[in-house]
Amino acid sequence: MSTRVFKVWRGDSAGGKFVDYQVDVQEGMVVLDAIHQIQRQHAPDLACRWNCKAAKCGSCSAEINGKPRLMCKTRLDGLPVDQSVNVAPMKSFPLIRDLVTDISWNYTVNKKIPPFTPGADATFLMRQRDVDRVQEFRKCIECFLCQDVCHVLREHDLKPQFFGPRFLVRVASLEMHPMDTLDRLKLLKDEGGVGLCNITKCCTEVCPEEIHITDNAIIPLKERVVDKYYDPLRIVLRVLMGTGQDGGAAEK
Amino acid sequence: MAESVSILEHKGFGVTQRRDNWWIKPLLVFIGLSAFGVYSTWAAWQGDNFLFTGHGAYYLSPFYSPQVQLWFGLHLPFSFAFLILWIPLGFRATCYYYRKTYYRAFFADPAACAVGEPKHRHYHGERKFPFILQNIHRYFFYLATIVLLFLWYDAARAFFFRSAAGHLHFGVGVGSLVMLINVMALSGFSFGCNSLRHLVGGKLDCFSCSRTARARYKIWGKVSILNLRHAEWAWVSLFSVGLTDLYIRLCAMGTLPDVRLFIIK
Repeated sequence: MSTRVFKVWRGDSAGGKFVDYQVDVQEGMVVLDAIHQIQRQHAPDLACRWNCKAAKCGSCSAEINGKPRLMCKTRLDGLPVDQSVNVAPMKSFPLIRDLVTDISWNYTVNKKIPPFTPGADATFLMRQRDVDRVQEFRKCIECFLCQDVCHVLREHDLKPQFFGPRFLVRVASLEMHPMDTLDRLKLLKDEGGVGLCNITKCCTEVCPEEIHITDNAIIPLKERVVDKYYDPLRIVLRVLMGTGQDGGAAEK
Repeated sequence: MAESVSILEHKGFGVTQRRDNWWIKPLLVFIGLSAFGVYSTWAAWQGDNFLFTGHGAYYLSPFYSPQVQLWFGLHLPFSFAFLILWIPLGFRATCYYYRKTYYRAFFADPAACAVGEPKHRHYHGERKFPFILQNIHRYFFYLATIVLLFLWYDAARAFFFRSAAGHLHFGVGVGSLVMLINVMALSGFSFGCNSLRHLVGGKLDCFSCSRTARARYKIWGKVSILNLRHAEWAWVSLFSVGLTDLYIRLCAMGTLPDVRLFIIK
Protein backbone atom coordinates (compact mmCIF):
# COMPACT_ATOMS: atom_id res chain seq x y z
CA MET A 1 0.00 0.00 0.00
CA SER A 2 1.29 3.44 -0.93
CA THR A 3 0.21 6.94 -0.03
CA ARG A 4 -0.65 9.84 -2.29
CA VAL A 5 -1.20 13.51 -1.67
CA PHE A 6 -4.63 14.91 -2.53
CA LYS A 7 -5.10 18.65 -2.82
CA VAL A 8 -8.77 19.18 -2.17
CA TRP A 9 -10.54 22.50 -2.49
CA ARG A 10 -11.96 23.63 0.85
CA GLY A 11 -14.03 26.76 1.13
CA ASP A 12 -17.23 28.48 0.16
CA SER A 13 -18.37 31.45 -1.91
CA ALA A 14 -16.42 33.81 0.36
CA GLY A 15 -13.09 32.11 -0.44
CA GLY A 16 -11.09 29.00 0.12
CA LYS A 17 -7.90 27.11 -0.55
CA PHE A 18 -6.49 23.76 -1.60
CA VAL A 19 -5.73 21.63 1.45
CA ASP A 20 -3.33 18.68 1.34
CA TYR A 21 -4.40 15.25 2.58
CA GLN A 22 -2.44 12.01 2.70
CA VAL A 23 -4.43 9.07 1.36
CA ASP A 24 -3.58 5.36 1.57
CA VAL A 25 -3.93 4.04 -1.94
CA GLN A 26 -5.13 0.54 -2.75
CA GLU A 27 -5.48 -1.15 -6.12
CA GLY A 28 -8.65 -0.23 -7.99
CA MET A 29 -9.36 2.94 -6.03
CA VAL A 30 -11.19 5.83 -7.66
CA VAL A 31 -11.01 9.48 -6.63
CA LEU A 32 -14.34 9.22 -4.79
CA ASP A 33 -12.86 6.45 -2.61
CA ALA A 34 -10.05 8.80 -1.70
CA ILE A 35 -12.50 11.59 -0.85
CA HIS A 36 -14.43 9.18 1.39
CA GLN A 37 -11.19 8.16 3.09
CA ILE A 38 -10.36 11.82 3.70
CA GLN A 39 -13.83 12.30 5.22
CA ARG A 40 -13.31 9.28 7.49
CA GLN A 41 -9.78 9.99 8.60
CA HIS A 42 -9.07 13.71 8.29
CA ALA A 43 -12.03 15.95 7.48
CA PRO A 44 -15.52 14.72 8.37
CA ASP A 45 -16.89 18.13 7.40
CA LEU A 46 -15.64 17.89 3.80
CA ALA A 47 -18.71 18.51 1.63
CA CYS A 48 -19.09 16.27 -1.39
CA ARG A 49 -22.15 15.28 -3.41
CA TRP A 50 -22.35 11.62 -4.39
CA ASN A 51 -24.87 8.83 -4.62
CA CYS A 52 -24.46 5.67 -6.71
CA LYS A 53 -20.67 5.35 -7.08
CA ALA A 54 -21.37 3.63 -10.38
CA ALA A 55 -21.25 6.53 -12.85
CA LYS A 56 -25.00 6.49 -13.25
CA CYS A 57 -26.37 9.16 -10.93
CA GLY A 58 -24.21 12.03 -12.16
CA SER A 59 -23.74 13.48 -8.66
CA CYS A 60 -20.01 13.40 -8.04
CA SER A 61 -18.90 15.76 -10.81
CA ALA A 62 -15.70 17.66 -10.05
CA GLU A 63 -12.53 18.89 -11.67
CA ILE A 64 -9.73 16.41 -11.23
CA ASN A 65 -6.31 17.70 -12.17
CA GLY A 66 -8.17 20.48 -13.96
CA LYS A 67 -10.40 18.24 -16.08
CA PRO A 68 -14.14 17.93 -15.49
CA ARG A 69 -14.77 14.30 -14.57
CA LEU A 70 -16.87 12.04 -12.39
CA MET A 71 -14.96 11.24 -9.19
CA CYS A 72 -16.42 7.72 -9.13
CA LYS A 73 -15.21 6.98 -12.64
CA THR A 74 -11.69 8.34 -12.31
CA ARG A 75 -9.29 5.61 -11.29
CA LEU A 76 -6.17 6.65 -9.40
CA ASP A 77 -3.99 4.40 -11.53
CA GLY A 78 -5.03 6.53 -14.51
CA LEU A 79 -3.55 9.68 -12.97
CA PRO A 80 0.16 10.55 -12.95
CA VAL A 81 1.72 8.76 -9.98
CA ASP A 82 4.50 11.28 -9.47
CA GLN A 83 2.13 14.18 -8.81
CA SER A 84 -0.47 15.07 -6.25
CA VAL A 85 -4.13 14.82 -7.26
CA ASN A 86 -6.05 18.10 -7.46
CA VAL A 87 -9.76 17.90 -6.74
CA ALA A 88 -11.81 21.06 -7.18
CA PRO A 89 -15.51 21.85 -7.60
CA MET A 90 -17.04 22.59 -11.00
CA LYS A 91 -15.99 26.07 -11.98
CA SER A 92 -19.05 27.12 -13.97
CA PHE A 93 -21.52 26.99 -11.11
CA PRO A 94 -21.76 28.97 -7.87
CA LEU A 95 -19.86 27.32 -5.07
CA ILE A 96 -21.84 26.22 -2.02
CA ARG A 97 -19.09 24.54 -0.05
CA ASP A 98 -15.96 22.50 -0.75
CA LEU A 99 -16.79 20.26 -3.72
CA VAL A 100 -20.50 21.07 -3.84
CA THR A 101 -21.85 23.60 -6.30
CA ASP A 102 -25.29 25.05 -6.92
CA ILE A 103 -26.51 23.50 -10.15
CA SER A 104 -30.09 24.76 -9.89
CA TRP A 105 -29.65 27.02 -12.94
CA ASN A 106 -29.75 23.86 -15.04
CA TYR A 107 -33.21 22.98 -13.79
CA THR A 108 -34.41 26.49 -14.59
CA VAL A 109 -33.22 26.02 -18.17
CA ASN A 110 -34.90 22.63 -18.34
CA LYS A 111 -38.27 24.20 -17.55
CA LYS A 112 -37.97 26.48 -20.59
CA ILE A 113 -38.04 23.54 -22.99
CA PRO A 114 -41.53 22.45 -24.04
CA PRO A 115 -41.86 18.77 -23.18
CA PHE A 116 -42.56 15.84 -25.48
CA THR A 117 -45.79 16.56 -27.36
CA PRO A 118 -47.08 13.60 -29.37
CA GLY A 119 -49.80 14.00 -31.98
CA ALA A 120 -53.29 12.70 -31.32
CA ASP A 121 -52.70 9.86 -33.76
CA ALA A 122 -49.31 8.79 -32.38
CA THR A 123 -49.20 4.99 -32.38
CA PHE A 124 -45.85 4.52 -30.59
CA LEU A 125 -45.19 1.50 -32.73
CA MET A 126 -41.73 2.52 -33.83
CA ARG A 127 -38.87 0.87 -35.64
CA GLN A 128 -35.58 0.56 -33.81
CA ARG A 129 -33.87 2.73 -36.43
CA ASP A 130 -36.25 5.55 -35.54
CA VAL A 131 -35.45 5.50 -31.85
CA ASP A 132 -31.71 4.78 -32.01
CA ARG A 133 -30.84 8.44 -32.36
CA VAL A 134 -32.93 9.65 -29.44
CA GLN A 135 -31.93 6.70 -27.28
CA GLU A 136 -28.34 7.91 -27.41
CA PHE A 137 -29.47 11.20 -25.92
CA ARG A 138 -31.45 9.41 -23.23
CA LYS A 139 -28.18 8.03 -21.84
CA CYS A 140 -27.51 11.45 -20.31
CA ILE A 141 -27.11 11.21 -16.51
CA GLU A 142 -27.22 14.98 -15.98
CA CYS A 143 -23.80 15.19 -14.39
CA PHE A 144 -23.50 18.66 -16.00
CA LEU A 145 -19.83 18.15 -16.81
CA CYS A 146 -20.62 19.33 -20.35
CA GLN A 147 -22.15 22.49 -18.94
CA ASP A 148 -19.11 22.95 -16.72
CA VAL A 149 -16.56 22.65 -19.51
CA CYS A 150 -18.50 24.62 -22.13
CA HIS A 151 -16.55 27.84 -22.61
CA VAL A 152 -19.72 29.81 -23.43
CA LEU A 153 -20.81 29.24 -19.84
CA ARG A 154 -17.44 28.82 -18.16
CA GLU A 155 -15.43 31.66 -19.68
CA HIS A 156 -18.04 33.99 -21.16
CA ASP A 157 -20.64 33.39 -18.48
CA LEU A 158 -23.53 33.69 -20.93
CA LYS A 159 -26.02 31.66 -18.91
CA PRO A 160 -28.93 34.02 -19.65
CA GLN A 161 -28.43 33.56 -23.41
CA PHE A 162 -27.44 29.93 -23.78
CA PHE A 163 -28.98 26.62 -22.75
CA GLY A 164 -25.65 24.76 -22.76
CA PRO A 165 -24.84 21.35 -24.29
CA ARG A 166 -26.94 19.30 -21.86
CA PHE A 167 -30.11 21.06 -22.89
CA LEU A 168 -29.24 21.18 -26.57
CA VAL A 169 -29.10 17.39 -26.24
CA ARG A 170 -32.53 17.43 -24.62
CA VAL A 171 -33.94 19.60 -27.41
CA ALA A 172 -32.38 17.23 -29.97
CA SER A 173 -34.01 14.23 -28.28
CA LEU A 174 -37.39 15.93 -28.64
CA GLU A 175 -36.90 17.46 -32.08
CA MET A 176 -35.74 14.16 -33.59
CA HIS A 177 -38.44 12.08 -31.94
CA PRO A 178 -40.69 10.62 -34.66
CA MET A 179 -43.85 11.10 -32.57
CA ASP A 180 -43.18 14.63 -31.38
CA THR A 181 -45.08 17.39 -33.14
CA LEU A 182 -43.71 20.62 -31.66
CA ASP A 183 -41.23 22.86 -33.46
CA ARG A 184 -38.63 24.21 -31.03
CA LEU A 185 -36.28 25.76 -33.59
CA LYS A 186 -37.19 29.36 -32.82
CA LEU A 187 -36.65 28.71 -29.12
CA LEU A 188 -33.37 27.03 -29.97
CA LYS A 189 -32.15 29.92 -32.09
CA ASP A 190 -33.26 32.75 -29.83
CA GLU A 191 -33.47 31.78 -26.19
CA GLY A 192 -31.41 28.61 -26.53
CA GLY A 193 -28.59 30.50 -28.24
CA VAL A 194 -27.45 27.57 -30.38
CA GLY A 195 -25.47 30.07 -32.49
CA LEU A 196 -23.25 30.80 -29.50
CA CYS A 197 -21.85 27.29 -29.67
CA ASN A 198 -18.69 27.31 -31.76
CA ILE A 199 -18.53 23.50 -31.73
CA THR A 200 -15.14 23.15 -30.08
CA LYS A 201 -16.36 19.77 -28.79
CA CYS A 202 -15.24 20.01 -25.18
CA CYS A 203 -18.69 18.80 -24.14
CA THR A 204 -18.17 15.62 -26.15
CA GLU A 205 -14.69 15.14 -24.69
CA VAL A 206 -15.86 15.15 -21.08
CA CYS A 207 -19.15 13.25 -21.41
CA PRO A 208 -18.87 10.14 -19.17
CA GLU A 209 -21.67 8.48 -21.13
CA GLU A 210 -19.75 9.06 -24.38
CA ILE A 211 -22.69 10.73 -26.05
CA HIS A 212 -21.63 12.33 -29.33
CA ILE A 213 -23.04 15.62 -28.15
CA THR A 214 -21.59 17.80 -30.87
CA ASP A 215 -21.88 15.54 -33.90
CA ASN A 216 -25.20 13.90 -33.15
CA ALA A 217 -27.08 16.63 -31.29
CA ILE A 218 -25.70 20.15 -31.68
CA ILE A 219 -24.57 20.07 -35.32
CA PRO A 220 -27.83 18.46 -36.53
CA LEU A 221 -29.74 21.11 -34.60
CA LYS A 222 -27.60 23.85 -36.13
CA GLU A 223 -28.36 22.42 -39.56
CA ARG A 224 -32.09 22.46 -38.82
CA VAL A 225 -31.80 26.08 -37.77
CA VAL A 226 -29.94 26.80 -41.03
CA ASP A 227 -32.79 25.14 -42.95
CA LYS A 228 -35.28 27.44 -41.37
CA TYR A 229 -33.46 30.73 -40.90
CA TYR A 230 -30.22 30.98 -42.88
CA ASP A 231 -30.42 28.95 -46.10
CA PRO A 232 -30.76 31.70 -48.74
CA LEU A 233 -32.30 29.46 -51.38
CA ARG A 234 -34.93 28.14 -48.99
CA ILE A 235 -35.72 31.68 -47.85
CA VAL A 236 -36.30 32.75 -51.47
CA LEU A 237 -38.41 29.65 -52.16
CA ARG A 238 -40.52 30.26 -49.09
CA VAL A 239 -41.11 33.85 -50.11
CA LEU A 240 -42.05 32.79 -53.63
CA MET A 241 -44.35 30.03 -52.40
CA GLY A 242 -45.74 32.15 -49.58
CA THR A 243 -45.16 29.40 -47.00
CA GLY A 244 -43.56 31.62 -44.34
CA GLN A 245 -40.83 30.39 -42.03
CA ASP A 246 -42.67 27.24 -41.00
CA GLY A 247 -41.98 25.86 -44.46
CA GLY A 248 -38.50 25.00 -43.31
CA ALA A 249 -39.46 22.78 -40.42
CA ALA A 250 -37.84 19.37 -40.20
CA GLU A 251 -39.38 16.64 -42.30
CA LYS A 252 -41.36 14.02 -40.51
CA MET B 1 0.58 23.57 1.88
CA ALA B 2 -2.31 25.81 0.86
CA GLU B 3 -2.55 27.55 -2.51
CA SER B 4 -4.02 30.87 -3.59
CA VAL B 5 -7.39 31.63 -2.05
CA SER B 6 -8.93 32.96 -5.25
CA ILE B 7 -7.57 30.41 -7.71
CA LEU B 8 -11.04 29.10 -8.59
CA GLU B 9 -12.18 32.53 -9.69
CA HIS B 10 -9.05 33.39 -11.65
CA LYS B 11 -9.52 33.77 -15.41
CA GLY B 12 -7.12 34.62 -18.20
CA PHE B 13 -5.34 33.15 -21.18
CA GLY B 14 -3.83 29.79 -20.34
CA VAL B 15 -5.10 29.72 -16.77
CA THR B 16 -5.92 26.14 -15.89
CA GLN B 17 -5.38 23.46 -13.31
CA ARG B 18 -4.70 20.93 -16.03
CA ARG B 19 -1.31 19.26 -15.71
CA ASP B 20 -1.10 17.60 -19.11
CA ASN B 21 0.52 19.21 -22.13
CA TRP B 22 -2.78 20.64 -23.39
CA TRP B 23 -0.98 23.22 -25.54
CA ILE B 24 0.72 20.67 -27.84
CA LYS B 25 -2.35 19.83 -29.92
CA PRO B 26 -3.40 23.42 -30.70
CA LEU B 27 0.24 24.26 -31.44
CA LEU B 28 0.56 21.37 -33.90
CA VAL B 29 -2.73 22.37 -35.54
CA PHE B 30 -1.52 25.97 -35.76
CA ILE B 31 1.70 24.86 -37.43
CA GLY B 32 -0.05 22.37 -39.74
CA LEU B 33 -2.73 24.75 -40.97
CA SER B 34 -0.29 27.65 -41.28
CA ALA B 35 2.16 25.54 -43.27
CA PHE B 36 -0.58 24.44 -45.64
CA GLY B 37 -1.85 28.01 -45.97
CA VAL B 38 1.61 29.34 -46.83
CA TYR B 39 2.38 26.53 -49.29
CA SER B 40 -0.99 26.64 -51.07
CA THR B 41 -0.88 30.43 -51.43
CA TRP B 42 2.65 30.24 -52.81
CA ALA B 43 1.73 27.40 -55.18
CA ALA B 44 -1.37 29.20 -56.41
CA TRP B 45 0.60 32.41 -56.89
CA GLN B 46 3.15 30.75 -59.17
CA GLY B 47 0.80 30.20 -62.11
CA ASP B 48 3.19 27.69 -63.70
CA ASN B 49 4.44 24.12 -63.32
CA PHE B 50 0.92 22.93 -62.51
CA LEU B 51 0.75 20.52 -65.43
CA PHE B 52 3.15 17.66 -66.14
CA THR B 53 3.00 16.25 -69.66
CA GLY B 54 6.39 14.52 -69.83
CA HIS B 55 6.46 11.16 -71.69
CA GLY B 56 2.78 11.42 -72.58
CA ALA B 57 1.53 11.92 -69.03
CA TYR B 58 -1.22 14.35 -68.12
CA TYR B 59 -0.96 15.23 -64.44
CA LEU B 60 -2.86 18.36 -63.49
CA SER B 61 -2.39 19.91 -60.06
CA PRO B 62 -5.57 19.90 -57.95
CA PHE B 63 -4.93 23.58 -57.19
CA TYR B 64 -5.42 24.36 -60.88
CA SER B 65 -8.36 22.16 -61.77
CA PRO B 66 -10.62 22.78 -63.62
CA GLN B 67 -8.70 24.95 -66.06
CA VAL B 68 -11.37 27.62 -66.31
CA GLN B 69 -9.13 30.09 -68.09
CA LEU B 70 -9.05 27.71 -71.11
CA TRP B 71 -12.84 27.47 -71.24
CA PHE B 72 -13.36 31.19 -71.42
CA GLY B 73 -10.07 32.25 -73.03
CA LEU B 74 -9.28 34.43 -70.05
CA HIS B 75 -6.11 36.47 -69.82
CA LEU B 76 -5.78 37.27 -66.17
CA PRO B 77 -3.25 39.49 -64.43
CA PHE B 78 -3.09 36.88 -61.66
CA SER B 79 -2.90 33.11 -61.45
CA PHE B 80 -6.21 31.48 -62.43
CA ALA B 81 -5.83 29.14 -59.45
CA PHE B 82 -7.42 31.89 -57.40
CA LEU B 83 -10.60 31.53 -59.48
CA ILE B 84 -10.95 28.00 -58.10
CA LEU B 85 -9.28 27.88 -54.72
CA TRP B 86 -11.88 29.99 -52.94
CA ILE B 87 -14.26 27.03 -53.28
CA PRO B 88 -12.23 24.39 -51.39
CA LEU B 89 -11.00 27.13 -49.05
CA GLY B 90 -14.58 28.12 -48.26
CA PHE B 91 -15.59 24.49 -47.89
CA ARG B 92 -12.83 23.81 -45.39
CA ALA B 93 -13.15 27.14 -43.59
CA THR B 94 -16.85 26.55 -42.90
CA CYS B 95 -16.45 22.81 -42.18
CA TYR B 96 -17.59 21.93 -38.66
CA TYR B 97 -14.37 20.06 -37.92
CA TYR B 98 -12.07 22.82 -39.16
CA ARG B 99 -14.09 25.36 -37.24
CA LYS B 100 -13.26 23.47 -34.08
CA THR B 101 -9.56 23.35 -34.96
CA TYR B 102 -9.07 26.98 -35.87
CA TYR B 103 -11.26 28.35 -33.10
CA ARG B 104 -8.95 26.44 -30.79
CA ALA B 105 -5.58 26.96 -32.48
CA PHE B 106 -5.92 30.47 -33.90
CA PHE B 107 -8.52 32.16 -31.70
CA ALA B 108 -7.84 30.28 -28.44
CA ASP B 109 -11.60 30.25 -28.00
CA PRO B 110 -10.82 28.00 -26.12
CA ALA B 111 -7.28 26.74 -26.86
CA ALA B 112 -8.16 23.54 -25.02
CA CYS B 113 -10.93 22.33 -22.76
CA ALA B 114 -11.02 23.93 -19.30
CA VAL B 115 -8.22 26.33 -20.22
CA GLY B 116 -8.62 30.08 -19.80
CA GLU B 117 -9.10 32.28 -22.86
CA PRO B 118 -7.76 35.69 -23.82
CA LYS B 119 -10.09 38.47 -22.75
CA HIS B 120 -12.97 39.03 -25.17
CA ARG B 121 -14.97 42.19 -25.01
CA HIS B 122 -18.03 40.54 -26.47
CA TYR B 123 -18.44 36.92 -27.45
CA HIS B 124 -21.05 36.31 -30.15
CA GLY B 125 -20.13 32.79 -31.23
CA GLU B 126 -21.55 32.21 -34.70
CA ARG B 127 -24.44 34.61 -34.37
CA LYS B 128 -22.87 37.70 -35.95
CA PHE B 129 -20.69 38.62 -38.92
CA PRO B 130 -18.29 37.17 -39.98
CA PHE B 131 -18.91 33.83 -38.26
CA ILE B 132 -22.62 33.81 -39.07
CA LEU B 133 -21.46 33.00 -42.60
CA GLN B 134 -20.55 29.54 -41.35
CA ASN B 135 -24.21 28.78 -41.93
CA ILE B 136 -23.73 28.58 -45.70
CA HIS B 137 -21.41 25.58 -45.40
CA ARG B 138 -23.82 23.46 -47.45
CA TYR B 139 -23.40 25.75 -50.45
CA PHE B 140 -19.64 25.37 -50.31
CA PHE B 141 -20.25 21.63 -50.18
CA TYR B 142 -22.28 21.82 -53.40
CA LEU B 143 -19.55 23.83 -55.15
CA ALA B 144 -16.75 21.66 -53.77
CA THR B 145 -18.53 18.56 -55.09
CA ILE B 146 -18.46 20.04 -58.59
CA VAL B 147 -14.72 20.66 -58.26
CA LEU B 148 -14.33 17.12 -56.93
CA LEU B 149 -15.93 15.72 -60.10
CA PHE B 150 -13.24 17.47 -62.13
CA LEU B 151 -10.55 16.03 -59.84
CA TRP B 152 -11.96 12.53 -60.42
CA TYR B 153 -11.76 13.19 -64.15
CA ASP B 154 -8.17 14.39 -63.74
CA ALA B 155 -7.29 11.32 -61.69
CA ALA B 156 -8.80 9.02 -64.33
CA ARG B 157 -7.03 10.97 -67.09
CA ALA B 158 -3.73 10.47 -65.25
CA PHE B 159 -3.96 6.73 -66.06
CA PHE B 160 -3.81 7.38 -69.80
CA PHE B 161 -0.59 8.27 -71.57
CA ARG B 162 -0.26 9.69 -75.05
CA SER B 163 2.15 7.94 -77.39
CA ALA B 164 4.31 9.69 -79.95
CA ALA B 165 1.68 8.76 -82.55
CA GLY B 166 -0.97 10.58 -80.53
CA HIS B 167 -2.84 7.52 -79.23
CA LEU B 168 -3.89 7.18 -75.60
CA HIS B 169 -2.73 4.06 -73.73
CA PHE B 170 -3.71 2.89 -70.29
CA GLY B 171 -0.84 2.86 -67.84
CA VAL B 172 0.17 3.53 -64.30
CA GLY B 173 2.75 6.00 -63.16
CA VAL B 174 3.57 7.06 -59.64
CA GLY B 175 1.79 10.32 -60.44
CA SER B 176 -1.37 8.40 -61.43
CA LEU B 177 -1.43 6.71 -58.04
CA VAL B 178 -0.69 9.98 -56.23
CA MET B 179 -3.63 11.64 -57.95
CA LEU B 180 -5.94 8.68 -57.29
CA ILE B 181 -5.07 8.55 -53.60
CA ASN B 182 -5.59 12.30 -53.38
CA VAL B 183 -9.03 12.27 -54.94
CA MET B 184 -10.07 9.32 -52.77
CA ALA B 185 -8.96 11.22 -49.66
CA LEU B 186 -10.83 14.32 -50.82
CA SER B 187 -13.94 12.22 -51.43
CA GLY B 188 -13.66 10.64 -47.98
CA PHE B 189 -13.56 14.11 -46.51
CA SER B 190 -16.32 15.62 -48.67
CA PHE B 191 -18.81 12.77 -48.31
CA GLY B 192 -18.47 12.68 -44.53
CA CYS B 193 -19.59 16.31 -44.37
CA ASN B 194 -21.97 17.15 -41.53
CA SER B 195 -24.17 19.23 -43.81
CA LEU B 196 -24.44 16.36 -46.27
CA ARG B 197 -25.32 14.04 -43.39
CA HIS B 198 -28.14 16.38 -42.51
CA LEU B 199 -29.36 16.86 -46.06
CA VAL B 200 -29.41 13.18 -47.05
CA GLY B 201 -31.33 11.99 -44.01
CA GLY B 202 -30.43 13.67 -40.74
CA LYS B 203 -33.20 16.21 -41.15
CA LEU B 204 -35.82 13.46 -41.10
CA ASP B 205 -37.55 12.68 -37.82
CA CYS B 206 -38.81 9.33 -39.04
CA PHE B 207 -36.59 6.96 -40.97
CA SER B 208 -39.32 4.35 -41.55
CA CYS B 209 -42.29 6.41 -42.60
CA SER B 210 -41.88 6.09 -46.36
CA ARG B 211 -39.89 4.23 -48.97
CA THR B 212 -37.88 7.41 -49.64
CA ALA B 213 -37.16 7.82 -45.93
CA ARG B 214 -35.89 4.26 -45.69
CA ALA B 215 -33.60 4.83 -48.67
CA ARG B 216 -32.38 8.08 -47.17
CA TYR B 217 -31.73 6.32 -43.87
CA LYS B 218 -29.35 3.95 -45.65
CA ILE B 219 -27.47 6.83 -47.26
CA TRP B 220 -27.43 8.67 -43.92
CA GLY B 221 -25.86 5.58 -42.35
CA LYS B 222 -23.11 5.50 -44.97
CA VAL B 223 -22.36 9.20 -44.59
CA SER B 224 -22.35 8.73 -40.81
CA ILE B 225 -19.60 6.10 -41.14
CA LEU B 226 -17.39 8.58 -42.98
CA ASN B 227 -18.46 11.35 -40.60
CA LEU B 228 -17.17 9.40 -37.60
CA ARG B 229 -13.65 9.86 -39.00
CA HIS B 230 -14.23 13.32 -40.47
CA ALA B 231 -11.25 14.77 -38.59
CA GLU B 232 -8.88 12.13 -39.92
CA TRP B 233 -10.21 12.55 -43.47
CA ALA B 234 -9.79 16.31 -43.10
CA TRP B 235 -6.10 16.04 -42.28
CA VAL B 236 -5.29 13.24 -44.72
CA SER B 237 -6.96 15.10 -47.58
CA LEU B 238 -5.30 18.39 -46.62
CA PHE B 239 -1.86 16.84 -46.80
CA SER B 240 -2.67 14.74 -49.87
CA VAL B 241 -3.81 17.73 -51.90
CA GLY B 242 -0.68 19.69 -50.98
CA LEU B 243 1.63 16.76 -51.65
CA THR B 244 -0.06 16.04 -54.98
CA ASP B 245 0.57 19.59 -56.12
CA LEU B 246 4.16 19.34 -54.90
CA TYR B 247 4.73 16.05 -56.74
CA ILE B 248 3.37 17.39 -60.04
CA ARG B 249 5.25 20.66 -59.59
CA LEU B 250 8.55 18.85 -59.04
CA CYS B 251 7.92 16.62 -62.06
CA ALA B 252 7.04 19.64 -64.21
CA MET B 253 10.19 21.43 -63.06
CA GLY B 254 12.26 18.40 -63.99
CA THR B 255 13.44 17.98 -60.42
CA LEU B 256 11.71 14.66 -59.92
CA PRO B 257 11.34 11.92 -62.56
CA ASP B 258 7.89 10.35 -62.74
CA VAL B 259 8.37 6.59 -62.52
CA ARG B 260 6.15 4.82 -65.03
CA LEU B 261 5.16 1.43 -63.61
CA PHE B 262 3.65 0.05 -66.83
CA ILE B 263 1.79 1.05 -69.98
CA ILE B 264 -0.51 -1.27 -71.95
CA LYS B 265 -0.01 -0.67 -75.65
